[in-house]
Formats: sequence, C-alpha cells, structure tokens
Amino acid sequence: MGAIFRREMGAFFTSPIAYIFLGVFYIMSGFFFANSSIAYQTADMSGTFGSVFTILLFLIPLMTMKLFSEEKRQKTEQGLLTAPVGLLEIVLGKYFAALVLYTIGISIFLLFALILEFFGSVAWASVLSNFLALWFLGAAFIAVTLFVSSLTENQIVSAIVGFIALMILFMIDSIASMVPVKFIADVLTSLSFYSRYNEFVNGLFNLSSVMFYISVAVLFNFFTVRVFEKRRWS
Amino acid sequence: MIEVKNLSKYYGDYKAVNDISFEAKSGEILGFLGPNGAGKSTTMNMLTGYISSTSGKAIINGVDIMENPKKAKSFIGYLPEIPPLYLDMTVSGYLNFVYDLKKCKLSRNKHLQEVYDLVKISEVKDRIIKHLSKGYKQRVGLAQALIGNPPVLILDEPTVGLDPKQIIEIRSLIKRLGKNHTVILSSHILSEIQAVCDRIIIINKGTLVADGTAENLSQSMTNDHKIIARIEGPREEVYKAVRGIKDVVSVIADMQRGENIYDYEIEAKPGVDIRKPLNKLVHEKDWCILMLQPNDLTLEDVFIKIVAGDATYLPDGVQETSEELQETESTDDSVNEEKKKEKKKKEKDKENEDEKGEEK
Repeated sequence: MGAIFRREMGAFFTSPIAYIFLGVFYIMSGFFFANSSIAYQTADMSGTFGSVFTILLFLIPLMTMKLFSEEKRQKTEQGLLTAPVGLLEIVLGKYFAALVLYTIGISIFLLFALILEFFGSVAWASVLSNFLALWFLGAAFIAVTLFVSSLTENQIVSAIVGFIALMILFMIDSIASMVPVKFIADVLTSLSFYSRYNEFVNGLFNLSSVMFYISVAVLFNFFTVRVFEKRRWS
Repeated sequence: MIEVKNLSKYYGDYKAVNDISFEAKSGEILGFLGPNGAGKSTTMNMLTGYISSTSGKAIINGVDIMENPKKAKSFIGYLPEIPPLYLDMTVSGYLNFVYDLKKCKLSRNKHLQEVYDLVKISEVKDRIIKHLSKGYKQRVGLAQALIGNPPVLILDEPTVGLDPKQIIEIRSLIKRLGKNHTVILSSHILSEIQAVCDRIIIINKGTLVADGTAENLSQSMTNDHKIIARIEGPREEVYKAVRGIKDVVSVIADMQRGENIYDYEIEAKPGVDIRKPLNKLVHEKDWCILMLQPNDLTLEDVFIKIVAGDATYLPDGVQETSEELQETESTDDSVNEEKKKEKKKKEKDKENEDEKGEEK
C-alpha cells in the first residue's frame, strides 16, 4: 500500500492535477472567505464552509479521474495486479493519496481561521467541527469518484460521470421532495449528503452523520475492490 | 517449478484457452509459440494471476496462484505484452516503486544497480520513461520483471521493438537467466525460440498442440522415411524400379533437373531406411545418384504444419496422428497423380470446414 500511495502522491505533483486542484480550491475558497467572513467582518466561518460544498462537486472528480482509468488505458494495472499485493492495498493506496491531497487543500480553512483570530475571537470548536465534517464529506466523495474511475479507461468520462454522481448526491433532497411516496422520500432524505453537512455548518456535531460518511467511504472502496475482482473472474 | 493442470479460460462460449497442461522445471527455458490469438498471452495472464482461469490449476513453486495469489505472485517476474510503465516517471523512480511494490528484501541500491547493469539501462536511469525509445522501454519492462530476483520469469514477447544488436543481447541475457530461473517466454519469432529455449510448447486455437525440444519436434514431424533423391536414368524405369523396392510406399517424380535427371521424392514405411537398397539398385542398373537428401523439416515447417492443423505432437503417449500421417502409414497403392488429386481435394475440404467453423 505504501508504494502505491507514494507513487500516486508523486504522480499528483508531477502532473498538473495537484496544482489545478489546489489552485482552484484555494482561489474559490479564498473568494468565499473574502465574500463572507471578511466582507461582513465576522469571525464566523459558517458561510465559507457552507459554500465550499459546491466546488467539491467538480474538483473531487477532477482529482480522482485518472487514478484507475489511466492505469487501465496505459496497461500499467497489469503490473499492479500481478505484483504480490492485494486488491484492497491497491485501492486504499490510491484512496489515501487522494485523501491526503484533499486534506492539504482543505487545510487552508485552518489558515483562514488563524487569520480571523488576529481580528477577533474565533469559535475554534465550531471551526474544528466544520473542518472535520468537510474532511469526512471529502472522504466519502473521493471513494465515490474513485469507484467511478475504476469503471472506465477514459479520464474525461471518469471526471464527467464522477461529477454527475456527486451532483445526484447533492440534489438528493430536491429529488426526495418530488417523490410522492413518503417512505421512499424519507429514505432519500436520510441519504442526503448536503443536509447532513449543513447541520455541521449550523453548529451541530452529529456523530451519526460522521458514521454515514465513513460508511459511504468504506462501501465504495469495497465496490472498487469488487470491480477488480469481477474483472479478473469474468 | 511451474505446474499447469488442465487450465482453461472461456469467455462465454469462446474458448480462449482450452485444457492446457504442462510443467516447467527449475532452470528450464520454455518457449511459447503460436499464431496471434492462439491464447499465449491469456495463458500467461492466468499463470501470473492477472486473470482467473475458468477451470484448472496453475501452481508456481508449489503455491496455487488462485488459492494464495500474493505468495505465488511473489515468485514471479512478469513482463506483459505491453510493459506496465508509468510514462511520466523516471526510470529509477519507477524501478524504486516496483522495488517497494514487490516488498523486496534485497539491499535496495545494490540490487537496483545489478538490474540496471543486467539490462544495460544505467545511462538512462534518470530520464523520464516517456522520452525513451521503444527498445529502452522494453528493457525497463524487463528490469521491472527482474526486480526482487524472482525464481520464475514470464516474458511475453520480450524482444519486440528491439534492434538486432539488442535482440542478441537480450537473448543471451535470457539464456543466462535461464540457468538459475525458470523462464517462460513467448514469441512469434521462431528462430528466437529455437535459439533460446530448451523446450517448446506450441499453442493453437487455445489448445496445446505440441510440447518438446526443437529437435524432438522436427524429428517427429520429419518423415525420416522420406527422402529426395536426384537420379540420372530413364524416368519410367527408375520410377518402376524404385517403386519396387521393399517398404517403399510412394514415389513422386515431378522435378526434371536435366536430361534424364529427375528428383524423386521417395517415401518408405516409417522407420525404414531405404538409402541402402536404393544405392544398391542404382548401382545394379548403372544409373547414378547425383544427390540424396533427407526431407528434413525446419522448426518453421513444423510450426506451420502444426498450426495448419495437420499434425500434433504431444509426449506421454497422447501423440495424436492426423489423418494424413496415418494415411502415409497405410500401404496405399495409388499412383502419385491420384494422390496429388486427393491431397488437393482434402485441402479444399479443409478450407470448407474452416469456413464453416468461422461461420459458426
């Protein structure tokens, strides 16, 4: 797992992916930060945390798009799959590489909080709870888009389908509101990534939501392993 | 070292590999030969655990690849048809990655340097793989397989894309490696297989059709009872006289080489050497043998013969003789003209059959 993790980290930074991801993420979150906390002269960061959800929808698929698709296209996966490593190690190596890059990205929020600390008192508990929520949300999103990447050998397809998948997860509330059957609507609402995230933004640290994000991450990493297993057996 | 038992791979109804069994001992270089799409790469992919088999077993160094893939894979160095190279890494970066990936226990710098020297890539080790020539990429692919010094090397067309000098180098490298590794090597270059391999396995349409040393295969295919003799003498008389020799099955005289000089293709019963009686006959009649040549087949002829479906050669008494071979054994008294016609007809039938098969 370590070898794959290190290689992917290196590949992120030798290709433009890491720079584009971090650059766009910093610019956009900086913009949200300036537009909410700075403009309103408040130490409350909930506006910034609230807005960042939408940019993740397209930045995370961009980050994970080539993790598996490119391996398939360049036939390098043959090297991985015939090496003495398990499928789970391969998947997790890549998953954690993406997660670390993502963590580097969202760490900017801690910097923002430090900046605010100069001008007023920051509610660190709320900032940290928001930060954790953002981290778990990303952990779930990365697992979903990594799974998408394992399904195709075209990075563009991987990015677009990943974006659509996250978009659907984002819109699950509006979809639920259109479902006439109450039971199904309830199930869909409980799967909502956005309303769960919003609870954190509004200052509620809900452990069940953390478990929800972790479960999604575990489930989709498991699916990715299954994709490779199935391909081997077909 | 490698044991393959009844290995099969079906894709739906399509049998990519059908019931292949063979063994490779330690220190043996085994050549996989077969036309494109015969199932060479599929077999190799199953041996290395890249794909699963539909049925059958592949045991590497005593470990079943399906039951304990991690352990079995650690015994194998694999160079696939397309080397699994990360194009945007440097050669040394990539090989370091492979070293980590294989959880190699040998001392890192020393081992890597050994591998660089072995495949002669020291001078490009800091270059990005993308910018290397095909030959160097192939060598980096080979280096990747050698890392960790695995006892089994499986090389899918290792000399593709190399220049003649490099080909010779890689071949001699493989020969050297073969002394203390088990090597399975596929190629479509017959001379390469002949030059490098101790044993040859021919696969056609997913089935194993031949298994043996190069000499073995040529001999088994060679009708050592068939010779070509250039005899000076009146054609009809010579023909009749030669036909009259005991155990001669057929005589064909179709090549005129000069006035009263013809080439006679003489076929005797298997295992019978008719050179002596022929000599005697010619001497008695006061004709002259200008040339006498056994009708030896090269490996190429053997290959084409086998792949065309004319014959199979398997050890352990599974030897199957095709219709044509059986026929030559029977004492058929047909005149050569008739035989030729028959042959043509048979070829036509075969073509028709092939067509039908494709239609199916």
